[in-house]
Amino acid sequence: MLKARIIPTLLWKDSGLVKGVAFDSWRRVGTLLPAIKVYNTREVDELILLDITATEERRAPDFATVEDISAECFVPLTVGGGIRSLDDIRQLLLAGADKICLNSAAYEHPNLVRDAAHLFGSQCIVASIDARKNSADGHECFSHCGRRPTGRTPATWAAELEHLGAGEILITSIECDGTLSGFDLDLIRQVTSRVSIPVIASGGCGTYEHMLLALREAGASAVAAASLFHFTEQTPKEAKAYLHRHGLPVRGSGAMP
Amino acid sequence: MNALIVDYGMGNLGSLRRALERLGVVPEVSGKPDTLRAADRIVLPGVGSFKDGMANLHRAGMVEPLRKAVLEERVPLLGICLGLQLLADEGDEGGGAEGLGLIPGKVVRLQSAGGTERIPHVGWNEIHPSKSHALLTGIPKGSDFYFVHSYHLLPVHPDDIIATTPYCGSFVSAVARGPASGVQFHPEKSSRLGFALLRNFLGI
Repeated sequence: MLKARIIPTLLWKDSGLVKGVAFDSWRRVGTLLPAIKVYNTREVDELILLDITATEERRAPDFATVEDISAECFVPLTVGGGIRSLDDIRQLLLAGADKICLNSAAYEHPNLVRDAAHLFGSQCIVASIDARKNSADGHECFSHCGRRPTGRTPATWAAELEHLGAGEILITSIECDGTLSGFDLDLIRQVTSRVSIPVIASGGCGTYEHMLLALREAGASAVAAASLFHFTEQTPKEAKAYLHRHGLPVRGSGAMP
Repeated sequence: MNALIVDYGMGNLGSLRRALERLGVVPEVSGKPDTLRAADRIVLPGVGSFKDGMANLHRAGMVEPLRKAVLEERVPLLGICLGLQLLADEGDEGGGAEGLGLIPGKVVRLQSAGGTERIPHVGWNEIHPSKSHALLTGIPKGSDFYFVHSYHLLPVHPDDIIATTPYCGSFVSAVARGPASGVQFHPEKSSRLGFALLRNFLGI
């Protein structure tokens, strides 16, 4: 069976690792390369690395750093932040990224998703959506690290991204981010019920039970977590053991003695 | 040992190169046909569409030299992901094209059996050996490897199948026919067991 994936998210700002609350109040939580090495030896399922200020600062992705990191990373690595062109994507893939993550640029140039999927294959194009609840009891997508409203709803935008050729959707709840209070299951469900590509739930994961709910109740194929791993004693390995006990397939369970 | 990673402009070769380096082999990364002559092992990696992949191999003048290296010189070749698919006779993806014809069969899109099965098939899934093969030595039945793909190979000869994976019913995740072999998953991204498989290939 296909396994539920647990993906540590590494947010990267000014050459350090950070974590915030609701896309704000960033705290430094370490340096990049040692973190990658630790996660790699612990055999995490996958890693997501997002440069959270590149787009706002109109910087290109830091290809050299990605190359250094991928040299230490033998699990799939998704890289995002600051990607604006097919050439940016090509350089990231050459630097060792396995998948790239598009967010802000997709709103401005939806054709970038289409062209990238055509050129590099859907399997390496992850479309990221950051959304928060609005007053009308719905959700709205935001670009530029949660700063700019886009007027789009997550479900319809996710469907459009799938149609353009995205291979996976990373859906993040802005207000749940960093709170450790649980995923916005309603938001995740809106997206998983609308698309047939895999969906990675993100924002708010604080316990193993939160993961179970996102995977089992909200239809996510994977869960991303950052604060959980930075600020608590919980680990990807224990998370998998918990999910396994609750009947979800996790990596390693098939060959477990 | 001279290992050649065929570079034909289809995706990330960096992690494969570094994985081989970890195993003590410094591979050549090239798309030039004359580099095949010195190769003891050929790895054909790649992600992207079948049609684009074959078009790029043709443009590089690599199609016949690759066939010759495998069929006449008997150089062991490992196709990874799209690289496995290109070993087939033909593929549907991107409008249809002829493949390298090293493993009789056709590449078709995965068909979701419904329920929770989403396409692309992304993530860690088991491989179940169909027969004993040097590529899979020491890898326990049911081991997880990393997949990311929407198409799969339907081999003509059941004897070419060395492992299957339970998804969309069951699909063929590893094949071998003489010196030509291929895996649908990414050993270079499958951590410890992926390294074991690559080590097996280098030792064939």
